Amino acid sequence: MSATLDAAAPVKLVGQPLKRREDPRLITGAGAFLDDVRLPGLCHLGVVRSPYGHARILGIDTTRAAAMPGVLGVFTGDDFLDLNPLPCAWQAGKVQNNVNTPRVLAVGEVHHVGDPVAVVVAETPSQAVDAAEAIDVEYEELPVVVDARRATEPGAPQLHENAPNNVVLRWSCGKEAAEVDAALAAAEVRIDQPIVNQRLLPTPMDTRGSIGRYDPGTGEYTLWATSQAPHVMRLLIAAFVMGVPEQNIRVIAPDVGGGFGQKIFLYFDMPLVLALSKKLGGRPVKFYEDRSENYLSATHGRDHLTDVAIGATRDGQITALKVDTHANLGGYLSTIAPGIPTTLYARMIAGCYKIPNIRVDVTGVYTNTAMVDAYRGAGRPEAAFVIERVCDLVADATGLDPAEVRRRNFIQPSDFPYDTGIGMLPYDSGNYEPTLDRALELVGYDDLKAEQAARRARGDRKLLGIGLSSYVEVCGVAPSKWIGLPGEGWGAGLWESANVKVHLTGKVVVTTGTLPHGQGHETTFAQLVADELGVPYDDIQVRHSDTLGTPFGFGSYGSRSLSVGGTAIYKSVAKVREKAKRLAAHMLEAAPEDIVWEDGKAHVRGAPASLKTLGEIALQASVAYDLPEGMEPYLDETTYYDPPNCTFPFGTHVCVVEIDRETGAVEPVRYVAVDDVGNVVNPLIVDGQIHGGIAQGLAQALYEAAVYSDDGELVTGTLNDYAIPKASMVPTYELDRTVTPSPTNPMGVKGAGEAGTIASTPAVANAVIDAVSHLGVRHLDMPLTPERVWRAMRDAERSDPGVAAAAD
Amino acid sequence: MFPNQFAYHRPSTLEEAVGLLAADPDAKVLAGGHSLLPAMKLRLAAPGALVDLASIEGLRGISADGAVTIGAMTTYNQLVDSDELRARLPVVAEVAAGVGDPQVRSLGTLGGSLAHNDPAADFTALMLALGADVTAVGSQGERTIPADEFFLDILTTALGPDEILTAVRIPVPAGRVGMAYQKHEHPASGYAVVGIAAVLALGDDGTCRSARVAVTGCAPTATRAAAAEAALVGQALTPETIAAAAQAAPGGLEITGDLYASAEYRSHLVTVVGRRVLEQAAARARG
Repeated sequence: MSATLDAAAPVKLVGQPLKRREDPRLITGAGAFLDDVRLPGLCHLGVVRSPYGHARILGIDTTRAAAMPGVLGVFTGDDFLDLNPLPCAWQAGKVQNNVNTPRVLAVGEVHHVGDPVAVVVAETPSQAVDAAEAIDVEYEELPVVVDARRATEPGAPQLHENAPNNVVLRWSCGKEAAEVDAALAAAEVRIDQPIVNQRLLPTPMDTRGSIGRYDPGTGEYTLWATSQAPHVMRLLIAAFVMGVPEQNIRVIAPDVGGGFGQKIFLYFDMPLVLALSKKLGGRPVKFYEDRSENYLSATHGRDHLTDVAIGATRDGQITALKVDTHANLGGYLSTIAPGIPTTLYARMIAGCYKIPNIRVDVTGVYTNTAMVDAYRGAGRPEAAFVIERVCDLVADATGLDPAEVRRRNFIQPSDFPYDTGIGMLPYDSGNYEPTLDRALELVGYDDLKAEQAARRARGDRKLLGIGLSSYVEVCGVAPSKWIGLPGEGWGAGLWESANVKVHLTGKVVVTTGTLPHGQGHETTFAQLVADELGVPYDDIQVRHSDTLGTPFGFGSYGSRSLSVGGTAIYKSVAKVREKAKRLAAHMLEAAPEDIVWEDGKAHVRGAPASLKTLGEIALQASVAYDLPEGMEPYLDETTYYDPPNCTFPFGTHVCVVEIDRETGAVEPVRYVAVDDVGNVVNPLIVDGQIHGGIAQGLAQALYEAAVYSDDGELVTGTLNDYAIPKASMVPTYELDRTVTPSPTNPMGVKGAGEAGTIASTPAVANAVIDAVSHLGVRHLDMPLTPERVWRAMRDAERSDPGVAAAAD
Repeated sequence: MFPNQFAYHRPSTLEEAVGLLAADPDAKVLAGGHSLLPAMKLRLAAPGALVDLASIEGLRGISADGAVTIGAMTTYNQLVDSDELRARLPVVAEVAAGVGDPQVRSLGTLGGSLAHNDPAADFTALMLALGADVTAVGSQGERTIPADEFFLDILTTALGPDEILTAVRIPVPAGRVGMAYQKHEHPASGYAVVGIAAVLALGDDGTCRSARVAVTGCAPTATRAAAAEAALVGQALTPETIAAAAQAAPGGLEITGDLYASAEYRSHLVTVVGRRVLEQAAARARG
């Protein structure tokens, strides 16, 4: 009997691993990325970029370029003095007195290699590039500094007059320094360790670009841009750069092929193509980076130089943590750069651990390098790397197993909501130990440790290393009343909005202010609405990415689309359902409180045959000649949602590596990830996000590093030099989950877009260091290239020949 | 992203191609294009004209008599799939399978790789170890250049400005011969940080009758490791003699460093990769 009932019941879609509905389009070439946008009269931008890290512009001769075939115009910074410099929107760390942001084209000085100096607009892309090469710029070279610590030292080259010693911000959180120093002095175990979090190149497959079109008839602008935040771009361009009414600019993000944070920000080209289109009488103007341009002047990630002082008891309790970080922010401030090393890094330094005494000092620094801003994880990967290295250093110093150190310091389930005391919002919910237990069980931790010891004893050529990382991160970044306040410096809201409309045919259209750049929003949101409204999945359309026709949204980043944007949808659906119930009551001549909503139908309680379908109700709402007194026509509801808190996903990752003793080459051979991202709408998409995240984080540990020479040249300027991971360079991932719903939103979801990246870097680095720890190696800087590991082994053996003998 | 302007020629005969090259010193030969075109797109190379060999008959394919002859326009994938090579010179197919990625292997050519002479290419070292001869055709006619005299310096070969590499002829040694190639790959480019090819022949008494060992990836051009060869010839191939030869291998090489691997580390890799590849070749020679 019950089996029959269950079989008849519609399958809930939330929790189902549906294949992404957008993929057939995207993987068969039927998508429309920026480079696919075709417009009549489209002309193309060629950009002249500084070959110097730091220089004064003495003169620009455009004569030769202007005479080249196909050239429609040649422009320099002086042609755009009516445009304001790009705004820095997140002025965390009290930076207001020394903000230096780029103009659309440099005026007077350039501050990094690749800084845009002049542009050509031409009929074809190659004509634009040829003509750009014919622009002659005379520079006076100035001294260059690329290292964040050196930039703050006396006598270092100065980038901006208003920033003495190149300091953007000096900021701290946690307890007074004296109090933490006292705790360090009193600690039974004291460890000091410099830690480098190297600079990375985000490398979205689709580079950045924009197309601007001015309509001389209406005075309105349209911008197509590879953006993670089209509404915010419109606001910043209109109100801060161009000074035109916001409603006169429409921003469209076409299909966007990956962003990883790099496409959150406002860049020089966005206002520039609009202004150029106006100068050219309305011809649309296109800019699309090649990979080298992307590497030279789109934002980079990470680049922290950190000193850590750790106090602990002999039984592994971490009692004090003092962290001093120099964050390299590049030649100018990008849109939200100051918020990354402050709010999103320093305030997350405690990780999953109860640490009574914490102090973090952050110095944000200008250097002659490309701007640094949010990159997948944005501050939390840097924090997780520090605290997860700290755990292993404590294990090493106390002789405890790294798993045991984590266990002894974990915040306990009964502690939530938990305030770390360093200015982060309280962690919403968590239960950390089960993820550690499950991960150790899956990987077979004890057996691996025995195998490691056996290989060392035998003197095997392949050393084995096992690395742990238990992480917590903050995502679903929102509460406007927290992040918008002067203390955090965002100065704006971070809510999301959504509209849900049921057309008279019963088909549902969801419009959302958030948007995908590869994450599958169309699928996830449709699953959510199908369940909440009880309508077929295929009847639901999800619209996004165009400021014309979607409600305002702050964008997709910080793993916030589902927990914030999805909740706005969820609440709009609830409003639609309530209105439909009231109308159904009218249609069924029952009291509204007697109407039950089930599977897309309203029926009278106790009389399931007396029902109205959503289609019937929507039709009645639309034709509108028989509505209850005072009811507006149509089922059409909008919600602006500002959550009470962020969400805090967590988990434990374990990486197993083999190291070739002779070459130092590292091979990641196993990878186990047990994540808790709260409730899961689409496990296939979540697993995909975790997979990609792990690859990106593992690559930081083993392969990737953006390197500048001392004279400011980006040495790793092509994919021939900069090693992004290939499929053959990463292991098969073994995933599992625990589920601890977030109390922050009604769906209990947390966020999965960045977790893999945050967790994996320390897991992999810890594994490599673990593999060579018997030689006396305590710490190694990333990326853990074969040479670096080989040198560490060789140096350890040289300094203590007995170690080598014992190890063999 | 966009190369400078250039003329494009697609001759259908070798004579026509040679004529085009002779007439235009600024012209470059286009084979698979996987080295030249990226360089042009980065504007590191800006030839005035390209002479595409794709339509010339007879430059593709593998044939065997006493030796194996491989047409210059034969792609890596054709090397991988060749029964002829698998039977006679399997090391050539093995190395081809490890070049680049599927796109490179389906378009990149053996002749293109040798004529380009990238300092980290795989096949340059392999041809040196195999003692191959390169056939070139120019306005002065056809000539044969031994591999030992072909690779001159970084991106520089013995080819004259109007000469086209048309084929490679590789001797198939008789008797107990072992051939192997191993490399330590760059994680970004996939090119050899150090790559070593070894061809070892055993005499009737089991000692090493001849040894050809060539190193790529660590000097301006692939080079024979003469010190390693000398250390092997006449020796029984024991772990000790092989280790000693590998230890000697960096001697006489002009090893350079870069951002990814210092000269010191490369030199160390030569000894490690050298020992491993010599052991593999010796094992194959023993059968």
